[in-house]
Formats: sequence, structure tokens, C-alpha cells
Amino acid sequence: MVPIHAYLMLAMILFGIGAFGVLVSRNVIVMFMSVELMLNAANLVLIAFSRALGVVDGHVFVFLVLAVAAAEAAVGLAMIITIYRNRETINIDRYNLLKW
Amino acid sequence: MSEYLFWIPLLPLLGFLINGLLLGKLPRPVVSAVACVSVGLSFVLSLLLFFELRSLPPAAREIEQVLFTWIAAGSFHVDIAFLLDPLSAVMILVVTGVGFLIHVYSTGYMHHDKDFGRYFAYLNLFTFSMLTLVLANNFLLMFVGWEGVGLCSYLLIGFWFHKKSASDAGKKAFIVNRIGDFGFLLGMFIIFWQVGSLEFKTVMEQAPAMFVAGGGLITAACLLLFVGATGKSAQIPLYVWLPDAMEGPTPVSALIHAATMVTAGVYMIARSSVLYMMAPDALMVVAIIGAATAFFAATIGLAQNDIKRVLAYSTVSQLGYMFLACGVAAFGAGIFHLMTHAFFKALLFLAAGSVIHAMSEKQDMREMGGLKKYLPITYMTMLIATLAIAGIPGLSGFFSKDEILWKAFSSQHGHWLLWLVGFITAGLTAFYMFRLIYMTFHGKERMDEHTRSHIHESPRSMTVPLMALAVLSVIGGYIGMPHIFGVTNYFEEWLAPVVHGPGHQAASHALAAAGADTSMEWALMAASVILVIIAIFVARHFYNKKPEAATAMAEKMSGMKTLLANKYYVDEFYGATVVRPIVNGSLFLWKFVDVVIIDGTINGLAVISRDISEVLRYVQGGKVRNYATVFVAGVIVLVAYFIFG
Amino acid sequence: MTLDYAIFLISAAVAVFGATMMIMQRNPVASVLYLILSLVAQAVVYVQLGALFLGAILIVVYAGAILVLFLFVIMLLNLRSNPELSASLPPLGWFTKVAVPVLMVVELYFVVDRVIWPPVPTGIVGKNPDFGSVETVATMMFTDYMYPLQLTGVLLLVAVVGAVVIARRESAEPRKTTASPDNRNEQPIDTVAG
Repeated sequence: MVPIHAYLMLAMILFGIGAFGVLVSRNVIVMFMSVELMLNAANLVLIAFSRALGVVDGHVFVFLVLAVAAAEAAVGLAMIITIYRNRETINIDRYNLLKW
Repeated sequence: MSEYLFWIPLLPLLGFLINGLLLGKLPRPVVSAVACVSVGLSFVLSLLLFFELRSLPPAAREIEQVLFTWIAAGSFHVDIAFLLDPLSAVMILVVTGVGFLIHVYSTGYMHHDKDFGRYFAYLNLFTFSMLTLVLANNFLLMFVGWEGVGLCSYLLIGFWFHKKSASDAGKKAFIVNRIGDFGFLLGMFIIFWQVGSLEFKTVMEQAPAMFVAGGGLITAACLLLFVGATGKSAQIPLYVWLPDAMEGPTPVSALIHAATMVTAGVYMIARSSVLYMMAPDALMVVAIIGAATAFFAATIGLAQNDIKRVLAYSTVSQLGYMFLACGVAAFGAGIFHLMTHAFFKALLFLAAGSVIHAMSEKQDMREMGGLKKYLPITYMTMLIATLAIAGIPGLSGFFSKDEILWKAFSSQHGHWLLWLVGFITAGLTAFYMFRLIYMTFHGKERMDEHTRSHIHESPRSMTVPLMALAVLSVIGGYIGMPHIFGVTNYFEEWLAPVVHGPGHQAASHALAAAGADTSMEWALMAASVILVIIAIFVARHFYNKKPEAATAMAEKMSGMKTLLANKYYVDEFYGATVVRPIVNGSLFLWKFVDVVIIDGTINGLAVISRDISEVLRYVQGGKVRNYATVFVAGVIVLVAYFIFG
Repeated sequence: MTLDYAIFLISAAVAVFGATMMIMQRNPVASVLYLILSLVAQAVVYVQLGALFLGAILIVVYAGAILVLFLFVIMLLNLRSNPELSASLPPLGWFTKVAVPVLMVVELYFVVDRVIWPPVPTGIVGKNPDFGSVETVATMMFTDYMYPLQLTGVLLLVAVVGAVVIARRESAEPRKTTASPDNRNEQPIDTVAG
């Protein structure tokens, strides 16, 4: 028997790493992957509680989150391609036209 | 027939729309045809309706036409509706009849003006507004007409707006009238507050039940309405605009500032006679103001040298007579004088216009004289009008003025002092009017050679209206002859169903019971006739026989003369006490309150937020990661609040 | 230390290791591969929690499809490790960007600390052997969660259409000239230097 806290800690750490990745990464693709990682950390929490409560509703939610993540990846990557085509870089700091 | 009632005001409106919308596109003959025909048709229609009204039994003489609901808000309900009863029938006949003659006259007088179309558009708009005023079946619609005539008066006084004095006079008329209009509005509010309706019939029926007779409210309402009347009808203290209004074209002075618009106040008081009968205190104020104005304006008229200004002060004075009549509850006499005055005063103005026309736009009587042989028609007609206004027996002014004087003396609301003031004023009137005649038409020719060579009698379009009005000035009085002549006073009988006053119920039995009184009335009448004749001879002495005596007299009384020539310095007094403080106050409000405080606050807020933004905008650094950092920090704070809060 | 616990600890360690390595890489291709590693480890944890179906989905769809899409884009853009992307942050930047996630983790710890559930049953065989199977999840999904599922389908459709519209070139003209004059004007000079 593993205490539920262990799973939650794991999810928490993964979430923190994902957030750190979003904040420090200059590479927009890595940043994007960090977001995916944060989504998965949330999924892990859902599955852990689902098991603890003995109901599968959480699984359905995870499934939906995966679908949303897929949609997000499709649109996000399309945007990256378009921006790259115009700006010739994937450095997020260079996507800075919209300021002051 | 009665369903055509609304065409009476509508026709001039159509004329206005045609001339106003096609301004400068129509040839002059078409413009004048449109203007005159629209008013002429209105006059014909008025006559037809008048006869229809006459065919009804006296108690049922009332034609009401509701066109549509104008305002309906809760219990407040106002219709666009016209009411033709004996009172408004008299008014529309005067307005359209005199108005039509003046339109015709204007086609000649304004012939050389470049703004011919604009002039007639305004004139038609005025006729429309005036007809709305007199035909309205409720106070609010009346107020619309009231404002409409005020607007047209403003537009027409300032018709030659490139002349500064004219545009100033227009503004003065408008602003002074606003004061009166404010009073009118407040009076209207009181009536609506108490009665819950603004319709004349309802108000007159309900008023005795809703107001305490002689109480404060009804007195206040009547006084406020009277304030409106003093503005529109140029009574003390708001008369100052009318003399200045002479800056407008002379036919305008004749139509608006003599015959019709300025009588709106008298009409309004006669219309509200039921209310005034319930407020004897207000009646007394009306009578005193009327008598004071009559005397006061007549004295100023003695010393004026501008032919139109003499007539202007004469108008103010005559209007004072009308208010005096209303104030002694002789509303019928007031309206009667209104009508006869419309005839002879319009005639005087038009004749004066003819003189001015002949004199190449010169208005100073000191440069005239001896015009009799150049302008025979003008002279004759003007003389008739002068005799009428002076009150020579047999002419219209005699009957109406004498009736007013008699009522001022005999009415239960009257007083011998009121009579005395009116009596003296009658003498003054005769004096200054004949002064005008002698200075203008008799004596030496004082104009320069250039002007003399241009003097000519006016064209047919101007002289025909003069003659028509002269005929009316002569015969107009015979419909209202006093009872002591042993004939029926048709005019008073005609108005009796509408205009309430003790004079009317009392008139017949007063006649029966007053065998002794008749001699008194004869005596007073004779006294005033004698006074008038004396005044005429005095005028003849000073201004025809011995002009040097007038100069000598003037030198002896130079202080008095200066005072009168400067109109008692009333304009200066108003300037110092009312205008200057307002100007200074406005300057303070503008320069300090508005510019410094209000603008300063608003601009200060804008400047502060701009300066703050100037610093804060660097937060928007364009770096997505910084945004994300702040975002996450915000989440941390929120979660911390939920955990620890 | 049961076997379950050991499996959990090992897979958790791998997942954290993969995630950490992902954000440390300069080469985005390596990042993707480390993320796949992390996801596989997480899939093990899913299975341990009885989520058989989702564990499979995570590997097949997520690691297999979505991350391949990432790889595909990286290849398409021909990205290499770029020194500009790994330039060090200024000290204050480092401080905030480290402090904020750390603070968040600390805070989350307080949240987790308040959870007072008993230990979860682990292992593929629990009290209910069908728990998390394809059948149970599918039954739930197509009955109780019918509308959300349909809406998710719509969302995916919209996303596909949107992705096509966004990524599409303005016209069929050659690439260098595709940028309209407007776009060109928007480009600051420093992009050319970079």
C-alpha cells in the first residue's frame, strides 16, 4: 500500500518542474512541452484520487484532458510555425512586438 | 366646415416650408405670392369659420378639433388640439386679417431687400406660431406658440443681423422674454399641480373647486402667468426690449410688435379670466402695472425723436391700457382695445414705414417735416390712425379707450386713481401722436436736398393696405359701442360666453340700475375728449405754429427732457443692476470655476493618470516569460489565500 | 518497503529525472525524448493505480502521437541547439524564476499535507479487478459523460481546422515573398541579426 500522499507529491514535483520550465525556457517548443508536463501532473492527481475513491469518473476527466492537450498541441504548434515563418526564431523573448 | 380649422395655422406653415426650404431658389413674385396667398387663404377660412361660429347659439359657440395626442405620460395628457371660440375667433381674424395686409405691404416695402425669401419665410412662420398660440386648447400648446412667436420675433428683429444694433436688439428681446417665459412655465406648473390638466376647458371648470378663491396658490399662479405676459407684452418691468425691437423691418414692427405678438399677454390673461377672477390681488397687480406702464411709456414717448420709437412707446402705453382693462376685470374691453389697437397701430407703423421708405431709410423726425404734399395717401391714413389712437369720438380708438377708462372708474375692481392715470395718459397720447404728425408732415422741410429729391409716394402694394387699415380704424369701434349710446355692445356680447368677469353679468343690470351713473359716464367721456382736444392744440402750438416755443420750453425743462429722452435711464439701471452682475458672475464662473476648478480637476486627473501610466506601461515589457512569472505569482497569492486565509 | 512501493519509487524517480532533463536540454529533440521517458514512467504509475486503459493511452496517444508531432515540427523548422536560447538569465531573473516555482511547490505541499485519505490500494489486482479497464471507462464515458465527450470531439475538430488555417501560407507564392509588405514592416531589425 502506497500512501496517496506519495502520488500527490510526485504530481506536485512534476508540476513544479513544468512551471519552472515554462518560466525559464527561452525555447518556445520546450516551454510548450513544459505545459504538457504540467497537464500530466494534474492528470496524475485525478487518477490517484479516482483510485482512492474507487470511482472511474476521474479517468474520464483524464481522457478529456488528453483530448484537450492534443487540440492545444495542434493549434499551438501551428502558431509556432506561423510565428517562426515571420520572425525566423523560436526564442520567446523575441516575440515582443506587443509592448508598451 | 369646422373640420378645416387646423388649416388656419397649417397654411402659413406650408408657406413657411415652401419659402424656407426653397430659400433663394424661387423668384420674388412666387415668394410673395406663396406668402400672401397662404395667409390670405387662412384669413378667408377664419372668416368662414367665424360666420359658422356666429350661426351657433351663444352658449354652444365652440369648435374644438383634436388632431392627435402629443404627450401622454401617466396622468399628464396633452393633445395637439385647436379650439375656436368667440375669443380665439376675434384673435385669428385680427392675426390673419392684419397679417395679410402686412404681408401685402411687405411685398412693396421689402422689394429691394436681398433676403426677400427669408423675410417672408419668417413672417409666415410667425403667423403660424401666433395662430397656434391663439387657437391652442391647452396651456402647453399655447406655450409652444408663445415660444414660436418669440423665436420669430428674435429672427425678425435681427433680420438685418449684419447691423450690430439689430442683432443686439434681437438678443435683448429674446433674453428679456425668457424671464417672462420662465414665469409662464412656473404658473403653468402650479395649474397642472393643482388641477391635473392643462386644457383650458378643464382648468376653467375645475379651478373653482381646486383652488381657494383669493388664496396664495391661485394668486401665485396668476402672478406668474402675468410675469409671462409682461415679458411678451412689454409691460413694466420687462418692457425694455420693445423699443429696441424697432431695429427690425417696419412691417415686422407693425405685425409683431404692435398688432399681434405683443398682445399675446392680453389674450392669455383674457383666456385665463376665470383664474384671475379668483385672485383679486393678482388682478390689482395687473391693473397697477398696466396703468403705470401706460403712463410711464407715454411720458417717454413725449421726448423721442425717432418716428418708430415714438410708436414703440405708444405701443407699450396702449398695451398698458389693455392690461389696465384686464386688471379691472374688464377683459372684454381689453380684447376690444386689442383689436382696435391692432388696426390703428398697424396702420401707424405701416404709414411710418411708408415715410421711412420715402425718406431713404431716415427715421429721425427732426429731419422730416412738410411731407404732407409729397405723401398724400400716407398722410391721410396716418392722420386717421392718429385721430383714432388719440380717441377722437367716432373713431375706433375712442370707443375702446373710453370703455377701458369707464371700467377703470366704475368696475368693482377699479379705482378712481387708475382712471386718473389712464385719463392723463390719454392726453399724453394725443400730445405725442400729434407731435409726431406735425413734426413729420407739417412745417418746414428739414431734410437735405438729396433726400428731398428722392421723396415719392409708396407703390400701390403699400398704400392699399394702408387704406384698408384706415377704413378698419374708423369703423372698427362700432361693434363695441358703449351702452349709454343706447345700442347693444355686440363685441361684449360676443365675448361673454368665454371671458368671465363681473363687468359682463353686471353690465346689463348695471345699465338698468344706473340712471344716475349714466351722467357720470357722460361726464368722464366728455372730460377725456376735451383733454384730448386740448392736448392736440398744445401739440399744434409747439410743433406747428411756434417750433421755437418748443425749443424754449425744452430748454426750461432740460432736466426733464434729458430724463425722458434717455428713457428714465431704465436701460442703464438694468445694465448696472442686472446685466453687469450677471456678466461679472458669468466671467467668474467661466474664468475661475470652469477653467480653473472644473477643467483643472478633469485635466489634473487626466495628467495624473497619464503620468502614472507613463511609468506603469513598462510593466508591459513584451516578454512572455515575465508575464507568465507574474501570472504564476498571482496564482500563488490566491492559493495562499485559500490555504491560510 | 513493499514491491508496490519500490515500483512507485523507481518510476517516480525516472519521471522526475526525465522531466528535469527535458528542461535542461539545449537540443529540442533531446527534450522531446526526455519527455517521452518521463511519460512512460508516469504510465507505469497510472497502471499501478489501476488505470490500465489510460496508461495505454498515455503511451500510445501522448508519447506516440502528440510528441511525435512535436518532433515533426522541430524537424520541420530545422532547429538546432542555439546559443541564444541558453544564454544565462540576469541574477534577478534567475532568482524570481526559481523562487516562484519553488514557492508554488511549497504551497502545494501544504495542500497535499491536508489530505487525510488512507493509502490507496495499488497493484493491477485490487478489490475490483475491472477498475480502470477499457470497459468500465468506456461505459462511463459513453453514458454519463456523453455530452462532454461529444463536445470534446467538436473541440478537436475545431482545433484541427484552426491549426490548418493558422499554419497555412497566405498564398501559393514562393516562401520568401509570402511575407506581405505589412509583415515585413513589422519585423524589427534585430530579427535579421538573430
